Amino acid sequence: MRVALFLTCVNDTLYPDTGRAVVKLLTRLGVEVDFPMAQTCCGQAHYNTGYRHEAEPLARHFAEVFGDYEAIVTPSGSCGAMVRELYPRMGERARAEGRGDTLAATLAPVVPKTYELTEFLVDVLGVTDVGAYYPHTVTYHPTCHGLRGLGLGERPTRLLRAVKGLELVELPGAEECCGFGGTFALKNADVSAAMGADKVRNAESTGAEVLCAADNSCLMHLGGTMTRLRTGMRPVHIAEILASTKEEPAV
Amino acid sequence: MSGTFVGMPAFPKAAHEAVHDRTLRGNLRHATHTIRGKRAKAVAELADWAELREAGKRIKDHTLRHLDRYLVQLEESVTAAGGTVHWAADADEANRIVADLVKETGESEVVKVKSMATQEIGLNEALEAEGIRAYETDLAELIVQLGKDRPSHILVPAIHRNRGEIREIFAREMSEWGRPAPDGLTDTPAELAEAARLHLREKFLRAKVGVSGANFMVAETGTLVVVESEGNGRMCLTLPETLISVVGIEKIVPTWQDLEVFLQTLPRSSTAERMNPYTSTWTGTTDEDGPRHFHLVLLDNGRTDTLADEVGRQALRCIRCSACLNVCPVYERAGGHAYGSVYPGPIGAILSPQLRGTASEIDASLPYASSLCGACYEVCPVAIDIPEVLVHLRERVVEGGPVTRAGNKVVLQPAKGHAAERAAMRAARWAFSRPGVLRTGQRLASRTRRIHPRTLPGPGRAWSGTRDLPPVPAEPFRDWWQRTQNAKGGAE
Amino acid sequence: MSGRERILGRVRRALADVPRDDTPYERAVVRDYLPEHGERTVDGTVDLLAENLADYRAVVHRTDADGLPGVIAGLLAARGASTVLVPPGLDEEWLAAAEVTLVADRAESTPAELDRVDSVVTACAVAVAETGTIVLDGSPDQGRRRITLVPDHHICVVRVPDQVVSSVPKALRRLDPARPLTWISGPSATSDIELDRVEGVHGPRTLEVVLVG
Repeated sequence: MRVALFLTCVNDTLYPDTGRAVVKLLTRLGVEVDFPMAQTCCGQAHYNTGYRHEAEPLARHFAEVFGDYEAIVTPSGSCGAMVRELYPRMGERARAEGRGDTLAATLAPVVPKTYELTEFLVDVLGVTDVGAYYPHTVTYHPTCHGLRGLGLGERPTRLLRAVKGLELVELPGAEECCGFGGTFALKNADVSAAMGADKVRNAESTGAEVLCAADNSCLMHLGGTMTRLRTGMRPVHIAEILASTKEEPAV
Repeated sequence: MSGTFVGMPAFPKAAHEAVHDRTLRGNLRHATHTIRGKRAKAVAELADWAELREAGKRIKDHTLRHLDRYLVQLEESVTAAGGTVHWAADADEANRIVADLVKETGESEVVKVKSMATQEIGLNEALEAEGIRAYETDLAELIVQLGKDRPSHILVPAIHRNRGEIREIFAREMSEWGRPAPDGLTDTPAELAEAARLHLREKFLRAKVGVSGANFMVAETGTLVVVESEGNGRMCLTLPETLISVVGIEKIVPTWQDLEVFLQTLPRSSTAERMNPYTSTWTGTTDEDGPRHFHLVLLDNGRTDTLADEVGRQALRCIRCSACLNVCPVYERAGGHAYGSVYPGPIGAILSPQLRGTASEIDASLPYASSLCGACYEVCPVAIDIPEVLVHLRERVVEGGPVTRAGNKVVLQPAKGHAAERAAMRAARWAFSRPGVLRTGQRLASRTRRIHPRTLPGPGRAWSGTRDLPPVPAEPFRDWWQRTQNAKGGAE
Repeated sequence: MSGRERILGRVRRALADVPRDDTPYERAVVRDYLPEHGERTVDGTVDLLAENLADYRAVVHRTDADGLPGVIAGLLAARGASTVLVPPGLDEEWLAAAEVTLVADRAESTPAELDRVDSVVTACAVAVAETGTIVLDGSPDQGRRRITLVPDHHICVVRVPDQVVSSVPKALRRLDPARPLTWISGPSATSDIELDRVEGVHGPRTLEVVLVG
């Protein structure tokens, strides 16, 4: 199976380790991974800040770059939700504005074949034990767009429970938003920071070494809060845990 | 603190103080977390919750789609049952109608059931200006009125007050308004409730005019419904000789049977009860039972403008349960006052800018008062996709576009104050449409990474005031990919 | 232009984008929710009513027709009630054993007069098991709404199983919307202090429900 890695602009620029981990993990599971070099950004930040019309060319670009692949895999719940939930809505809105079906038709092909990483592993590949080894205590934060947008449910924790050496501890108030919210983190910095601090304190209360999530945007916010609050924890993307093996442990 | 929301600053500024107010944060955290778990349990008791939610949504959508027809039908049935129907296009009209009706009775005081519509139009202040005193009789509204405070929650307007603060307000203020608080009043909720009972009893027993809202109005029968807990509603609806109900036009349901949906979903979403202690329904007037005169004031006040917005109109499905407030992490930390409206929380963030327009600083900032986490949509018993409407209203703010204000179609200009952001968004779109440009930027960031600060000056402090910046890696992923995979013969 | 014409005009203009749809209402709204929750025997439904009434702090008593006057007399005596309001059509037998002064509700009774009465005894129109609710509809054995509101102690008699339905949908079907209805689920309560429930505010603080079967 040949799939395209839609890494997202944030991961590409700031978190290449997550990208390398996805490639390593999928390759280990027998998947042929391609990284279309023309990929840029799905347009989520534009869309969610109110610049839907600016997001449209980016969505069209996305459809053009990824349209020919069998499956598109992304290690980001929110960018996955952007394609799956909001691309169809962009099409509808264009239609309502009297611009016809062109945008909807352009975006339609990529919508059903875009998968968030844990969804792809569990639903498409049908695995929960990916052969990983990660000898650390981990607590998992389900990010909002993965949890409520894509409905990832138990998938990430099922994957984590199958990792050898990993002790998963429950995060109090897990389903509450971390406060990132894209431009919300800047526009409402006080509230965002207060939400982040509460999330970090909850994570700290578990005694885990690692706070894991399936979205680096939220982890960027939480990681930045953690170092500022001088907690001993570190944020790690789930792909890096699942890619880790005895032979090649994650650092 | 004043009793009105006029001239409120933008949400982030108003939230700033609340976030750092430890008592307030504690009060809100305690109250919202208490109700969250209870609501989840009450909802889980009903195996058909999803179907009830869907039916509620469809009933409301159908009603809104045929609102003109149902309003006329309601008017006919209320009139046939002995009531009088009045129509108020805005707050001023509604206030004038109510004040005139009270004056006709010759009375100078009214008792009030908690009502969002009368809060919204500022009825108490308008009556005061006409020499009519309005007594709030809901416990939380009483706390707000005695404390010269503003409501901060739809269901529990005094949610920002803890028992100690309430005790203090009662002990200090009750004597100004009537029967003083009992000596030695403590802060146990039962004693505070008892103090309110004693204080309000004399007002109920002598009241000649009651003012209420309504949770539902049934078009086919002309029946109004008030859902409450304390019995103050029953007092105001049955003891006075004249009852005046001010109700938003979106509160209609077509049939009596429709109540079977909402009387199941509203109490469980709102107070997490299987059923609230008291629900009153009345159809016009009844001989020798209850008020002899019944007036229904149908209120528009921005509702038809909201109805004109094809994305935003779903906000009119709202049944004011306040479940979205109770689960909202932003509400929990910013508090209700920051929303600058009688409608706080997620529903307020989509309702206020539609009812009032986005011209003021506070209304233009409300669509951004959310991390779009979606918890509000998940609990909404009529499935209002609040995040969808928030994003839609953000678009109205930054892009402008056609809207309806006071019944007239107008074209909004893009809001000032977003010029820098707009330029940045355009620049980002330009760069992201060109992979080569993105790559150049990434490389530049990587090469200069050793001199990147961990905190930022100027507007960047919004991030780095509380959070470190992530370090920029030595190379972006795409460079690694090209270096390693293409060497193996991968495709570009 | 009148407020009425202005508002109706605005509504019609606001809906200009909505395609015409003449689907009759019965078909426009799909009602695939349940008519009641769970399967129960008739006795089971009465038990559930008792359980849910008690859960919201109503005091529940069970007896049969012969025992009813004794139960009511006992409750009034335990309360120390000396005056009891009775609606005009209440079965006289129910209070036959009580040693109290009966107060008839008259049209000219003022709220202040009602406030001086100790207790009120009524029948009900229907009771809802799933929610622990009794509904009064102003029939002669229930009286005007005010008489079950102002006194602090309300004894309500429910004939079981005839007057008990399982669910809210079933209750609505039995009720006449033209009558003024009061749905009562436990004594008056409030959640207004810290969103915590406290019983006893303006309505009767003690609600006793007698299930007679």
